[in-house]
Formats: sequence, structure tokens, C-alpha cells
Amino acid sequence: MAVETGHLETSTGLDNRKLLMWLFLGSECLFFGSFIAAYLLYRGRSTTGPYPQDLVDIPFTSVSAFVLLMSSVSMVLALAAIQRGNVRNMQIWLATTAVLGLLFISGQAYEFTEFYHQGLTIHTNLYGTTFFVLTGFHGAHVTVGVLILMSLLIYSFRGGIQQKDSLNIELAGLYWHFVDIVWIVIFTLVYLVQPQ
Amino acid sequence: MTLAEYRKKRGEPLIPEEGEAHAEHHPGALEYMQIGLILAIITAVEVGIYYIDMDHNILVACLVVLSVVKFSFVVAWFMHLKFDSRIFTTAFITGLAAAFTVFTVVLAALHGKLV
Repeated sequence: MAVETGHLETSTGLDNRKLLMWLFLGSECLFFGSFIAAYLLYRGRSTTGPYPQDLVDIPFTSVSAFVLLMSSVSMVLALAAIQRGNVRNMQIWLATTAVLGLLFISGQAYEFTEFYHQGLTIHTNLYGTTFFVLTGFHGAHVTVGVLILMSLLIYSFRGGIQQKDSLNIELAGLYWHFVDIVWIVIFTLVYLVQPQ
Repeated sequence: MTLAEYRKKRGEPLIPEEGEAHAEHHPGALEYMQIGLILAIITAVEVGIYYIDMDHNILVACLVVLSVVKFSFVVAWFMHLKFDSRIFTTAFITGLAAAFTVFTVVLAALHGKLV
């Protein structure tokens, strides 16, 4: 599919907003990389329980991971729709992405509540601190993503987004996909890979 | 200003180089759905092998490889790095490399373990 991107009078010929978004995402790699490194560093060093193997519910988290992954598909379909000039389909896919994002956040809230009831808080042990900080910041990013999606949806209902404005959807999509790839890493290193 | 006008103004060749031509092409809905299906299958495999009784180090290696494959698919196809300007790739890879360096240095210096 050919996409009319429009070449701009910048030193790179690229849209500066898109370049800025990529630079931001690059810095976000460092942000989450530090938290993941901290989590792995302190894993297995908690002197008191509860421990990860007592708490994590792999089937439940797998469904959450699947939901977030599918939200990436719906996000990219929203972009494909607006690039074809199909505003109606873009709205449907944007709404789908936002709903899937909300579903993921709800799952995370449920998981945090379950952990709390089983005695794990951010103060309990090293596992609690590093786990809640890492996954909490990720959840905050997802929440911001959902707010961005809902803002775009409302803006589009007011006629503010047409084919020529597809970059707005693309930028939101880049952020959303980044949140998804961070979860791909967290799901593997925090949930599936357990200390021996 | 069109790209042709831009290149003419800067005295650059009018025909874009290979790679730059890719910037004009994004996949269609069907391709995105196919990638989504592949990602769903990889996730199912990840969860499946989690329950298989195997050597811990092999399990970790398999999970990390599958995770890297999923990561690469999303970045290349959904985030369009496969098709867009290499400048975007450079911006992102720089951040990723910095993160990986911090990750490695912290774990190595403080005796953290991946497995």
C-alpha cells in the first residue's frame, strides 16, 4: 500500500514529530531497562515471603499478555484504515485498542489486589518493591496510552482527523506498540523465567 | 515541498536510494493480521514450553529467543522500522543499546543473575 507521507522541509526530510517520538522511545528503553535490571538484580534475594513462585498466576497473565498483543494489532489496523482514508474503520479499531488497553489495566489491578491480599506490598520485601515499581510504571504507561487513544477518538468524532492527519495516529501507535514490547520483555523475564 | 524539490534544492540525486524507497510503503491490513497471528502463536508456544519439564537453562534460552522474535516482529512491522527511514532505527537502537549496556553492567557489577 502506498502511503502519502509528505516530505517536509527539514534537514532530514523527515517529520520532526516522528523523529522526536523515536528519540523519546529510545530514552524510554533506558528507563524500563533500569527497572528490569533492578528487578533481576534483587530477584531471589528477598529474606521474607511471599516469593514470586507463590504468587504468579501464569494462565491469567498469559491472557493479559495476549490481550495487550492483540491491542497492538488493532492499533496498527487503525493506522492502516486512516491511511486509506477510512475514518469509520479507524474509529472502530481505535475504540477496540482502548477497550483492550482498559482490559489489560483491569487485569493488572486485579493481580495487584490479589498479591496484596496474599501479603505482598511494595514494602514487604525486595521482590515486592521491584515488582510493583516495574509493573506499576508499565501500567501507568498503558493508562496514558488509553487516554491518548480516547482523546484521538473524541477528536476524530468531531471531524478533527482525516487521511492527511494520519501521522497523529501513527505517533500514538508508536507509543502503544512500545508499551506492548516492554510487556513482551516483562512477561518473559518477570513471569515466565522464575529463579531456581 | 516535495522530496524531489527538496533533493534538487540540496543538489542531491532525484532518484531515492534503496531503503529510502521503502519509506513510502506500509503493509496492508491482511499482512498486519498475519503478523498478529504469528505473535499469538509464539505467545502460546512460550506459555506451552513453560509447563514442559526441561533443563532450566534451556527453558530460559528458549523463552528469551521467543521473546526477542516477538519484540522484533512488533518493532519491524507494527512500528514500521523495516520500512521507514534508517534515522528512526538509529534513534531507537541507540536507546536500546544504552539500556542493554546498563542492564549488563548492573547485573555483572553487582553479581545479578539472569537465570
